[in-house]
Amino acid sequence: MTGTSTPTDANVVTHAAVGRSVPRLEDPALLTGRGRFLDDIVLPDILHCAFVRSPLAHARIERIDVGAARALDGVHAVLTLADLLPMLASGRMPLGASPIKGENSSTPFVLSNKEVAYVGEPIVLVVAKSRYLAEDAAALVQLELTPLPVVCDAREAMEPGSPVVRTELKSNLLNSFNVGYGEVEEAFAKAAHVFSDDLWQHRGCGHSMEGRGVLAEIRPDNGLCVWSSTQMPHDVYYMLAAMLGIDQNALRVITPDVGGGFGPKYCLYPEEAAIPAATLLLKRTLKWVEDRRETFISSIQERDQYWSVEVAADAEGHLLGVRGRMVHDQGAYAPKPVNLPYNSATSMSGPYMLPAYSMDVHVVHTNKVPVSSVRGAGYPQAVFAMERTMDLIAVKLGLDRAEVRRRNLIPPEKMPYTKKLKARSGAAMVYDSGDYLASQAETLAAAGWDDFPERQRRALAAGRYIGIGLANAVKGTGRGPFESGVVRVGQNGKVSVFTGAAAMGQGLATALAQICADELAIPPEDVTVIAGDTSTTPFGLGGFASRQLVTAGSSVHLASKAVAGKAIKAASVLLEVSEDQLELGDGRVSVKGGNRSISLAELAQMLRGAPGYAFPAQLEPGLEASVQWKTDALAYANACHVVEVEVEPELGHVVLTRYVALNDSGRMINPMIVEGQIHGGIVHGIGNALYELMGYDAAAQPVTTTFQEYLLVTATELPTLETIYRETPSPKNPIGAKGVGETGTIPAAAAVISAVENALSPFGIRISQTPIPPETLFNLIEAARRSRAGSPA
Amino acid sequence: MYEIELLVNGRPYRGTAESRTTLADFLRHSLGLTGTHLGCEHGVCGACTILVDGVSARGCLMLAVQADGAIVETVEGLARPDGTLHPLQQAFRDTHGLQCGFCTPGMLMTLVELLRETPSPTEGEVREAISGNICRCTGYQSIVNAALRASGSCTIEGEAP
Repeated sequence: MTGTSTPTDANVVTHAAVGRSVPRLEDPALLTGRGRFLDDIVLPDILHCAFVRSPLAHARIERIDVGAARALDGVHAVLTLADLLPMLASGRMPLGASPIKGENSSTPFVLSNKEVAYVGEPIVLVVAKSRYLAEDAAALVQLELTPLPVVCDAREAMEPGSPVVRTELKSNLLNSFNVGYGEVEEAFAKAAHVFSDDLWQHRGCGHSMEGRGVLAEIRPDNGLCVWSSTQMPHDVYYMLAAMLGIDQNALRVITPDVGGGFGPKYCLYPEEAAIPAATLLLKRTLKWVEDRRETFISSIQERDQYWSVEVAADAEGHLLGVRGRMVHDQGAYAPKPVNLPYNSATSMSGPYMLPAYSMDVHVVHTNKVPVSSVRGAGYPQAVFAMERTMDLIAVKLGLDRAEVRRRNLIPPEKMPYTKKLKARSGAAMVYDSGDYLASQAETLAAAGWDDFPERQRRALAAGRYIGIGLANAVKGTGRGPFESGVVRVGQNGKVSVFTGAAAMGQGLATALAQICADELAIPPEDVTVIAGDTSTTPFGLGGFASRQLVTAGSSVHLASKAVAGKAIKAASVLLEVSEDQLELGDGRVSVKGGNRSISLAELAQMLRGAPGYAFPAQLEPGLEASVQWKTDALAYANACHVVEVEVEPELGHVVLTRYVALNDSGRMINPMIVEGQIHGGIVHGIGNALYELMGYDAAAQPVTTTFQEYLLVTATELPTLETIYRETPSPKNPIGAKGVGETGTIPAAAAVISAVENALSPFGIRISQTPIPPETLFNLIEAARRSRAGSPA
Repeated sequence: MYEIELLVNGRPYRGTAESRTTLADFLRHSLGLTGTHLGCEHGVCGACTILVDGVSARGCLMLAVQADGAIVETVEGLARPDGTLHPLQQAFRDTHGLQCGFCTPGMLMTLVELLRETPSPTEGEVREAISGNICRCTGYQSIVNAALRASGSCTIEGEAP
């Protein structure tokens, strides 16, 4: 074993699972087709559902005629909101987690009955013997719609006289606020240089390979069991109990294997309320599984933001201040109103020292699919804005882009570094640890940054346009307020871990098993992890904000430690040996240097208690422990990416030729899993930079609703990804870990665009958007050529 | 409804299917072989890739009635009956070639076909072979590594002809 784990208790013989690339416990089932994803669940007498969705981006619903659909053989029910209302506390979805209370005019409806505000909004729920029949019937539902004015562009939506996205609104402006600190005007007044740019980062989609899905079953005692492919089983649980007006004890929410989350499975969706409500109404087991077209028009999308950024710098390129305005396209509704734009605005300065800052944020509705988190959750836009600004300063001042960054990065001696901003929890934004200068230097060295100009000169002489780019990022991870971890030794000595964290493909079970195994001195494969079942774990938050390993991992670590301590204490009582004479190993507590021992199974049996037998006075029942490790601090992970590209100006085609990425997510519990997360994250960001465009026409009609039109990265577009890892343990949690799920994505688009712009530096092109499809790039190049040809020599 | 017969993973099955029932839905819902996954149902993502008469096919684009009389191989047929993983499955586990596992059955079947035809592929050939399979989790590199790792050990033993 090559583990680096240090025992945390002198009584524990370490197996050092932590720090090793332990093969995943999840894999055998998934590799052999025995995974159990939502659509794989088979229950008796199940009925299948399809939704009739709005074909228009904004319309008044005059009439819904379900007669022909209901008459179709095999159709059990065709339901509108009026049919479901008796089962619901409200026809409107509740507001998700938000610092702003009392808003309710921005959540979507369970089903729409008066007005629709985006293409894809669910209107009618069809229940039939099979999905095929449900879709047949859905096609027979007659909708009489009166088109209403459509707003597709968030900037136009803010203009006076713009039509409203929903007639219930007085204005399309959901919210507007300023994030800032310091003497901004003074900074600009004294600046040697002021530069500005307008940036756009486009919304993409999450596109987990498994779409969303819900299955709801009436249990014999009239209880309700809901399976959902969600990142947030406990949110679904609490919100559904309230919406359906049923006792929490009568509700159970389970997440089966989840085929990827990436953000869009973070919200409670109308379909997740409509299916259980219909199940209560019809007293039948119902299943709905999203198809890919539905993903395009009804799952959360994210990143549309327009930034106008002005930067003040001194003569050497040190940042003095940033000010500007950001318009966040919220889409038609706001299930979680402010978290994304707030993340963006507060994370813009990233790993840099910025003395003064002022960003006016406008959160604006449009007639497009509602917006919430997609991998990165507002951070990629902020990093794009900041890193593009860094490049702008460098180009304008004739400085090396890495040097400008070096001059502004927070040096390690200033750690912990307190930003003059607050996290959404209200806590101070304190960067706990990290060495950003070393991270950048190491990445540049690995990527051959210093040699590149010479290579670029030679390539250009041969008519080839190659470029290099870089981007830094910091991500606040491990968001609390807590996550649950229960560790229980069963009567057979087997160890189970229960957590409210939600597994969605990252390898959570393996990582938690590793953490538990080391404390109990057993192999990780002897630990079973049960996540995402509200009947076994009453409290939990779920999967978002790169938080689960930090929070659940800390809880499981502390609970495992407590169980180990309890086992030692119980053995000490039973064996009548002092605790320091005992050690844990191979599922037993043994007397050091002796042959007396007692197994965990025997200890668990003893601590169960038995009628008529005395219970040792010094001990509490049960060989288990429950910990809800709480935190209001974030653990800040950091990354530096360097990318090389070659651009064919005649085609606007970009080829990635090299990708070097450094990641510091603190203590790595399972390096193999960390690498997997980083690779996947990078490729998501590359998609955002070059390929993924969720197209809408001027009438807000989606024009990319298949994977033939919306391009995801495939294996042939990628170079070998070169990854470097630093491990700066976070002092903010007992395992030293920082989140890793999003750090690969966040700087990727900024780094790729930096490289593309650098490749085209002979044309003097500035790129201020993502994605940059070939046609757009070609047009930029042509415009630069024309302007050059037209300008006097 | 049409009567169809097919051999799936070496076992004969007989069943009825509507003319419009896709082969993927027939496998999943009529035969209970839910290992084959549907990611897009328009033939792009490749999650539903299976082998029909030895050749890869999109389970979502082929109709069940078209598979009448065919030999079909799915992910459930890869491991040996005693549970020993196919070398490719083992390589996926060793190299972390899967995360959520949803695209994995299609990846495996696509690569089984490649390794039968090209036992020692180059990295480029592997990337080309899986360019019709979308994975949102891994970034592909670990999958490519798995295929290359398995290429030396991927014998015909235990596989259907």
